[in-house]
Amino acid sequence: MRAALFVTCVNDALYPRTGIAVVRLLERLGVEVDFPAAQSCCGQPQYNTGYRRESEPLLRRTAEAFAGYDHVVTPSGSCAAMIREQYPRIGRKAAEEGRGSTLAALADDLVPRVRELTEFLVDVLGVTDVGAYFPHTVTYHPSCHGLRSLGLGDRPRRLLAAVKGLELIELPGAEECCGFGGTFALKNPDVSAAMGADKIRSARATGAEVLCGADNSCLAHLEGTLRHAGEPLRTLHLAEILAATEEEPPR
Amino acid sequence: MTGTDLGMPAFPPFPEAAREAVGNEVLRANLRHATHTIRDKRARAVAELDDWDRLRAAGKAVKDHTLRHLDRYLLELEAAVTAAGGTVHWAVDAEEANRIVTGLVLATGEREVVKVKSMATQEIGLNEALEAAGIAAYETDLAELIVQLGHDRPSHILVPAIHRNRGEIRDLFRTEMGRWGRPAPEDLGDDPRELAEAARLHLREKFLRARVGVSGANFMVAETGTMVVLESEGNGRMCLTLPETLISVVGIEKVVPTFRDLEIFLQTLPRSSTAERMNPYTTMWTGLGPSKGADGDGPTAFHLVLLDNGRTDTLADPTGRQALRCIRCSACLNVCPVYERAGGHAYGSVYPGPIGAVLSPQLRGTAAPIDATLPYASTLCGACYEVCPVAIDIPEILVHLRERVVQGGPVTREGVRVRIRPAHGHTAERAAMRAARLLLDRPGALRAGERLLSRARRLRPRRLPGPGRAWTDTRALPDVPAESFRDWWARERKSPQK
Ligand code: SF4
Repeated sequence: MRAALFVTCVNDALYPRTGIAVVRLLERLGVEVDFPAAQSCCGQPQYNTGYRRESEPLLRRTAEAFAGYDHVVTPSGSCAAMIREQYPRIGRKAAEEGRGSTLAALADDLVPRVRELTEFLVDVLGVTDVGAYFPHTVTYHPSCHGLRSLGLGDRPRRLLAAVKGLELIELPGAEECCGFGGTFALKNPDVSAAMGADKIRSARATGAEVLCGADNSCLAHLEGTLRHAGEPLRTLHLAEILAATEEEPPR
Repeated sequence: MTGTDLGMPAFPPFPEAAREAVGNEVLRANLRHATHTIRDKRARAVAELDDWDRLRAAGKAVKDHTLRHLDRYLLELEAAVTAAGGTVHWAVDAEEANRIVTGLVLATGEREVVKVKSMATQEIGLNEALEAAGIAAYETDLAELIVQLGHDRPSHILVPAIHRNRGEIRDLFRTEMGRWGRPAPEDLGDDPRELAEAARLHLREKFLRARVGVSGANFMVAETGTMVVLESEGNGRMCLTLPETLISVVGIEKVVPTFRDLEIFLQTLPRSSTAERMNPYTTMWTGLGPSKGADGDGPTAFHLVLLDNGRTDTLADPTGRQALRCIRCSACLNVCPVYERAGGHAYGSVYPGPIGAVLSPQLRGTAAPIDATLPYASTLCGACYEVCPVAIDIPEILVHLRERVVQGGPVTREGVRVRIRPAHGHTAERAAMRAARLLLDRPGALRAGERLLSRARRLRPRRLPGPGRAWTDTRALPDVPAESFRDWWARERKSPQK
């Protein structure tokens, strides 16, 4: 099977380890991974801050970069949700405002082929045990867009639970937002920080060594909060745990 | 711009107002405790029904249908209320509504009214208008009474005094009740039963004396002209049945077509709001009815004031209009992580929380600082949408309103289609978004930028200037990797890219 990786702009620039882990993981599972270099950002920062028109060229770029691939995999629930939920809306509005229907057509063509990493593993490849080894205690924070927009359900937890050596500890109040919210973290810094601090407090109370998530933007906010507070707990993207083996542990 | 008044003085932008609340430990503890308790109970109450999703879809459908034909149902309602002996008044804005109600009260010769919780009258600032006309208005809902005694503002739709704890309430009763009527006992403690008893005695005196009652309504039934109020204490029922004149001020979006439609909302509202299977007090009245008048029970005069105050304009917006489906259950407030930290007052309106963040900027326009910042008072986590019993896609409206704030666009104001300009203060942000888009739309430039970032990674400051400052005040910046994914891939796969 062949799949294109949509690594996302945040991962490309700041968390290449996550992209590398996805490549290693998928190749280990027999998937031929391609990385179309024309890809960029999905346009979520623009769209969610109110600059819909600025997100339109990025919709076009993303759709064109991934044209012709049966499967587009991304290690971000948030970017997957942007494509799946908002691209059709952006296309529809552009058409309503008299800017043609090509954006809508591009969106319709792309949307059904895009899957967040855990969806791809569980639904397309049909695996929950990916043959990973990670002998640590882990607690999982389900980011809001993966949780509510995509409805990832227990897929991430099932994948984690099947990792050899890993002990999964439930995070109290897991479904509560961590306070990142894209530009929210900049526009409402006090509320954002308070939410981050509460999330960290719950994570620490689990006693786990690793706080795992499937969205590096939320993790950047949480990791930054942890480091600012001098906490030893560390954050790790789900892909890095799933890619880990005895021979190749993460970091 | 619109002159719609939601009964609140000028407010600071949301982030500023929220900062104060976030720093108030007592308030945060009160709110956290209250919202978490009720949200857990709500989840259990909703899980009991195996047809919740269908009830939710049905409620949404009924509301959408009614809103689509609002003119027709309002006329039907007017005819039914009139036929049953009531009088219908139409108020286009707060000022007109206040004038109508004040006039009606003065005409009775009375100088005081008892009130049952009504968001519509808070929205228009009726109490203040009555006071200016020399009429005292007494809130009779316990939480409203607490707010009124404290010269405070409500901070929650259903529990307006949610920000107060028992000790604070006891102190308030002890110092303030005497000034309004029957004083609280000298030795009043902070046991909820004691507090409730003190309020009961204080209020009873008011009920028995008052000859004019003012109410809102949760629903109005077009076919029968029936008004419906749901409440938990029975104080509302006293207020609705004891006075001789009853004046109800209700937003035009509260109408439903038939009596049968109530069956949906009488299930979804109590479960969503107080996590109860059934509402403790459901009072319905239809005009004056055949049993009213000289020998019947209840008021002998009934006036219905139908309030627009920005609603028709909101209805004209295809995305924003879904906010008018709201049945004010407050489930979205109780589940919202931002409301939990910022408190209700930060929203600068009688409608706080997620629904307030989308309703106020539509009813009032986005010109004021508070209204331009409300659409950003959310992480778009989607918890509000998930719990809403009429499936209002609040995140979708928030993003829609953000667009209105930064880019301007067409809106309807007082029935006229106008194009509004972007709100002030987004020039730098707009430039940044544009620059980011230009960079992101050129992978070659993006790659060069990433390399520059990698090379400069050791120079990275611990604190950022400008908007980034807020990040580095409470969070460390992520480390910049030596190599972007793009470069790793190119090196690893030996397929050089531009
Ligand atoms: S928006 Fe929905 S959840 Fe919020 S108060 Fe209205 S009906 Fe309830």
